[in-house]
Amino acid sequence: MADLRELYQEVIFDHSKRPRNFHPIVDATRKAQGHNPLCGDKLTVYLKLDGDVIEDVSFEGCGCAISTASASLMTESLKGKTVQEVQHLFEAFHHAVTDDHAPAHDELGKLQVLCGVREFPARVKCATLAWHTLQAALKSELKAVSTE
Amino acid sequence: MTVVEKLKLHEAHPAYRWREDFPILRQKVHGRPLVYLDNAATSQKPLAVIEAEDRYYREYNSNIHRGVHALSQQATDAYEKARVRIQKYLNARSPHEIIFVRGATEGLNLVAQSFGRPRLRPGDEIIVSAMEHHSNIVPWQLACEQTGAVLKVVPMTDSGEFMYEEFERLLGIRTRIVAVTQVSNALGTILPVKRIIEAAHAQGVPVVLDGAQAIPHARVDVQALDCDFYAFSGHKVYGPTGIGVLYGKEKHLEAMPPWQGGGDMIRTVSFEKSTWNDLPYKFEAGTPHIAGGIGLGVALDYLASVGIEAVAAHEHDLLEYATGLVSEIPGVRLIGTAPEKAGVLSFVMDHAHPHDVGTILDHQGVAIRAGHHCAMPVMDRYNIPGTARASFALYNTREDVDALVAGIHRVRELFA
Repeated sequence: MADLRELYQEVIFDHSKRPRNFHPIVDATRKAQGHNPLCGDKLTVYLKLDGDVIEDVSFEGCGCAISTASASLMTESLKGKTVQEVQHLFEAFHHAVTDDHAPAHDELGKLQVLCGVREFPARVKCATLAWHTLQAALKSELKAVSTE
Repeated sequence: MTVVEKLKLHEAHPAYRWREDFPILRQKVHGRPLVYLDNAATSQKPLAVIEAEDRYYREYNSNIHRGVHALSQQATDAYEKARVRIQKYLNARSPHEIIFVRGATEGLNLVAQSFGRPRLRPGDEIIVSAMEHHSNIVPWQLACEQTGAVLKVVPMTDSGEFMYEEFERLLGIRTRIVAVTQVSNALGTILPVKRIIEAAHAQGVPVVLDGAQAIPHARVDVQALDCDFYAFSGHKVYGPTGIGVLYGKEKHLEAMPPWQGGGDMIRTVSFEKSTWNDLPYKFEAGTPHIAGGIGLGVALDYLASVGIEAVAAHEHDLLEYATGLVSEIPGVRLIGTAPEKAGVLSFVMDHAHPHDVGTILDHQGVAIRAGHHCAMPVMDRYNIPGTARASFALYNTREDVDALVAGIHRVRELFA
């Protein structure tokens, strides 16, 4: 079962059972909804930008352990980063979860626990859903959104 | 009786012999013996079917209905023999009522477009059930958009039973077509199709049955049912993928316009006007899946030789056994607990998403389906994103169920 443990590491269980930043942001400046129609996972990513800097980020939704943990870990890794730094991180993360020969990226930090997903091609989309939703949020109209 | 004697008696069950006919089941997955419980998605193929397709390509591959040479004649004979085999299996009145299609989906689209669309007017109603597969919802929605007709949905109970009284209430003077599944793919519910057909016919309304999930588990007699159309896929009944059947009553098929145009479906073609071939060829444009048709005939022969009643009894036993064991596992909830069920055990777990359940079971060698099973309205009805679904075929055994149960316990350990 060693390889299953590669996928389901303790950090992933921790974040899927107790997701961080799991709430709406009332004064969010951007938000987007992500949906994986194959498995029914749905989540919303909220962003509060201060100029080019991510002041706050959160998410809500329901999904499997991998997608929830990935979203939770993502929100932890983004605060205080510029949009450009986030893009760079997204590319490094995407590379790490899809390419077997990806070199270790120190900058990924805790996000590296999700690298095990590349051995499970059917689950890669679970790990990247939050990140794709983040991309959509960054591209969305700059305006305050209501959570009501 | 000793434990060993009991075991021997159990292993004498014919399912252990039937298993031998399916070469794919002899493999290991992730180092564990394959336990294939994703039969509602597609069934495995017996050697006889694999060899029939192989033989066609090795020995008499040729196009049908046109060549005068020996191989073409041989291929035509085998393909048409398969059609007759299917006709007899369904107890259709004539081989002309058996249309080869790609699968149940194509069959239902054919009926919606060629039978439904021309007869539907704005405000007309089509009745479906709440537990249809997308393939018996979307073709009717397309026909509704094209004609202004309206889709009416018969609700279901919390246990996943078809609400017959609600159906009777919906069946009215505006109803033009009733299209329901015989067995729900997501829940396993068996619908009371005989009663549905009698009630609809009493109002002069034709009935289309989606038989994709029913045909591997029960004897189907289209004349006894008196359904107007019956669609199924070959690959769910031990046959090849890419081939299926639409049965239709001859009087309907005769009156329907062709669905697709092309070779084989015409009698004459000129640039002014073309005329159509006789049934069933009017609906079979282009070179069909010849090997698939032949393979499907062999698959039904195989099922008949095993005996559908014996298969149904065996699968019922597996379902009862699995239902008993799985429902006792703490934190597991069965989705679909209708009294009349066939072949399907859908469930959700308190702390594990269906996708996680699927991945962990896969690592135990147990193949199940996780997701919405192309029945999103059913998932919405239960307010869940999806289920984990184990589904049974004739080659499954109680050991397979035990492996499933052990796998679910493993999920609980990991996610506790």
